[in-house]
Amino acid sequence: MMALADFEYGDTIHRCFRCGYCKFPVDWTDVNNCPAYARYRMETYSCGGRLWLTRAWLSDEIDWTAHFAHIMFSCTACKNCEAKCPLSFNVDILNMITAAKGEMVERGTIPPLVKEFLENIQRHGNPYGTPKAKRGDWLDGMGLKPYQGQDYLYYVGCIGSYDTRAQEIARALGAVLDRAGVSFGVLGVEEGCDGNDVNMIGEQGLFEVLAEDNIAQFKDLGVHRIVTLSPHAYNAIKNEYPCYEGDFEVLHYTQLLQCLISDGDLDISKGFEARVTFHDPCFLGRWNGEYEASREILQAIPGVTFIELEKNRESALCCGGGGGNFYIDFLGGSPDSPSRRRVREAHETGANILAVACPSCLNMLEDAVKSEELEDKISVQDISEIVAKACGITA
Amino acid sequence: MDSVYEALVEIVGPEHVSSQPEELFIYSWDLGTTEPHRPDYAVAPRTAEEIRKIVQLANKEKIPVVPLGGGLSLAGLAVPFKGGILLDLKRMDDIIEVNERARYALVECGVSQGKLTAYLERHHPHLTHSEPGAPPAATIAGNVVIHGQGDLAHPYGFNSDMINGLEVVTPTGEICQFGSCAIGAGWFTLHPLPDVGLFLGWTGTTGIITKVSLRLFPCKKIRGMAQFVVDDEDLVPEVFYKITHTQMVEDIMATSQAIPPFSSELHHFTINIAADSEKELEFKLEIVFDDTLGEYIHKGDGGYLGFIRGLERPQLSKTSDWRKGGGFEYVGSIMPIEQYPECYRRGKEISERHDIPYTVLARCIGTAHAMMFSWTYAFNRADPKTIEHAREALHETDDLALELGGTIWKPGLYGQRLVMEKLNPNTLELMRKIKQLLDPNGIMNPGNWEAQ
Repeated sequence: MMALADFEYGDTIHRCFRCGYCKFPVDWTDVNNCPAYARYRMETYSCGGRLWLTRAWLSDEIDWTAHFAHIMFSCTACKNCEAKCPLSFNVDILNMITAAKGEMVERGTIPPLVKEFLENIQRHGNPYGTPKAKRGDWLDGMGLKPYQGQDYLYYVGCIGSYDTRAQEIARALGAVLDRAGVSFGVLGVEEGCDGNDVNMIGEQGLFEVLAEDNIAQFKDLGVHRIVTLSPHAYNAIKNEYPCYEGDFEVLHYTQLLQCLISDGDLDISKGFEARVTFHDPCFLGRWNGEYEASREILQAIPGVTFIELEKNRESALCCGGGGGNFYIDFLGGSPDSPSRRRVREAHETGANILAVACPSCLNMLEDAVKSEELEDKISVQDISEIVAKACGITA
Repeated sequence: MDSVYEALVEIVGPEHVSSQPEELFIYSWDLGTTEPHRPDYAVAPRTAEEIRKIVQLANKEKIPVVPLGGGLSLAGLAVPFKGGILLDLKRMDDIIEVNERARYALVECGVSQGKLTAYLERHHPHLTHSEPGAPPAATIAGNVVIHGQGDLAHPYGFNSDMINGLEVVTPTGEICQFGSCAIGAGWFTLHPLPDVGLFLGWTGTTGIITKVSLRLFPCKKIRGMAQFVVDDEDLVPEVFYKITHTQMVEDIMATSQAIPPFSSELHHFTINIAADSEKELEFKLEIVFDDTLGEYIHKGDGGYLGFIRGLERPQLSKTSDWRKGGGFEYVGSIMPIEQYPECYRRGKEISERHDIPYTVLARCIGTAHAMMFSWTYAFNRADPKTIEHAREALHETDDLALELGGTIWKPGLYGQRLVMEKLNPNTLELMRKIKQLLDPNGIMNPGNWEAQ
């Protein structure tokens, strides 16, 4: 059992004062920008609460309980806390929480749903427990080519490969890339899990296996450039794979589409008539500083009236799906769930389309629109779908 | 399942009650040096009606109720010393109304300073409130209940002087309103109905404030901070006096601290100046720094360090990270400004005795009618010895504040005892009677202001 002195952040974790900056967006609009705190509104569910509890746990002041684990794993790793904490150790506060989750993984004291999530990935290569043989089903009838040395590997990820709704955006992006004449191939049934959410859950061992397998596969195939559907995969490949000698040029698809549009290589003249607002995905925005590509795409599309959400860019409220929560769903089931708060915020802008650039956000927010009974007011669409329509591509 | 827990669930719903060890642990701690005490339940109500029912339940069961706002007083004022129900009021965070023309905001008790600031900036840019030097998570109600002060303390006084009306749940479970709102009018004035000011400064021992109408003030287009420095602490009171005579500035603070060493023993004034035009700004700067403080500059006793546009929001939590320790607490006092030199010198001695770099701050309240003078002591949360040193220094400073003729602002238990020992016996007896009348079962925030 790890003691505080052995904890990687044992000499730092006491420095959290619990001043509460971590709950705010950049402009201090409210204290609900930590998704778990917004959902439960108990101090335990704030970043500071987690840090104090972690320290108490590793110092034997409190025991592990299922409730403690729920508090820890409800963290979506959205990085709002890190963006707002005014103290010099802010770069490590999320790492401290992830390390504490990792210690629970090591001890085998994790919530059943987290265990199921990890076991599914270990056994089947995806969190849903669906057979690996079905990973390529989204490709049926698409005519996309397997990766054989083309310019780009189009990496789809688990949600885009298996989730019925997310498969639509995987196909939409495939069609758009095809229309633009991009040289790309896919892995289909051979694709593995990128591991980003495994890493955020603190299962370092499994993440290493996934990363090393993917890196070996990419290298065997001669992959140099990757375009991802999911910001989660983009984050893992960009920021974590280099630690395992996996150096690839990786783009999130919005970055590639933005270049294609600005270079005139993608005809979007069919346009898209809508009032559109945009939800920044955490793993594109706060994690990687990419705020503009999605906006430039949307603003370039004829017919789009673009409206900013009040909380945008670094202040965006997480949809609640990170850290495996799109599956374990510790933040769901309430009007205070961050996804439901977010769609209400989107509805308040007057937009009729809530644009996303992430299959996890798509699922979380689309479900929230239904829960809020806003289906006839606003719909959630991925930028890949919007661009496909602007290109005149029909489903 | 215990019956109190079940009753609380019935009132606020299962997700807003906890008797789990994690919530009891977190809510047992203040952020300062006060020893933790666990509540039996942590509850996050959403309405005054829910609070009313909780208070009635607590009376029936004879268990304590401890209201908590932002939890940033640092003086242990919301530590559940005798267990009971810890009420986290931050879910009650609606800004109900901002009346632009009558210049007030009606807010629920959990609205944070940051939220009101952001809301006014966005929707009412001509209005501002007196923002205290606390992190933005501090609540409006929590601040007025401890007689806080903010960055408009010079022209308008304590934040608790800026109240137009209150809604309060009494210790016996009645919802009462005070001010013009009590007769069904707007929330625009506290006066002239009979004064029943029983809830401010009592730190939640006489009731739970659920709504506050707070006065707002004109927000000028240009706001910024000028810096002026002197090296002689004896000059500070007259500088305060002379600047306040101009009536040209919004806020005046003097600070001195050991770190960084090059500015140790200097006294830095931060003077907030606001204007609607460059002409107005230039005029005010000239009046303050040429006509008023020019004599110090010419004699070499003081230096003008310039004017920076924009107000830097308080980031006092950075104080906590001194020596990477994660903790600090301060004694605040309300003190005649003429005592600045002695406060500084004696406070510095206390700091040195306890091996803590000194940090002192004075904020002008009113037209130099008083100052809030604070002595801050940082500690390392991972080192019990430093916590003990800080605690001893705080107690010595409480004694000092009274010795120098001031009174302690938001005292913790130690300071409360000192104040009560010095209180006029008739006043103390009246406090005891009021407390007994309002809270016959003694359930409200017990331990605090226990006038035995």
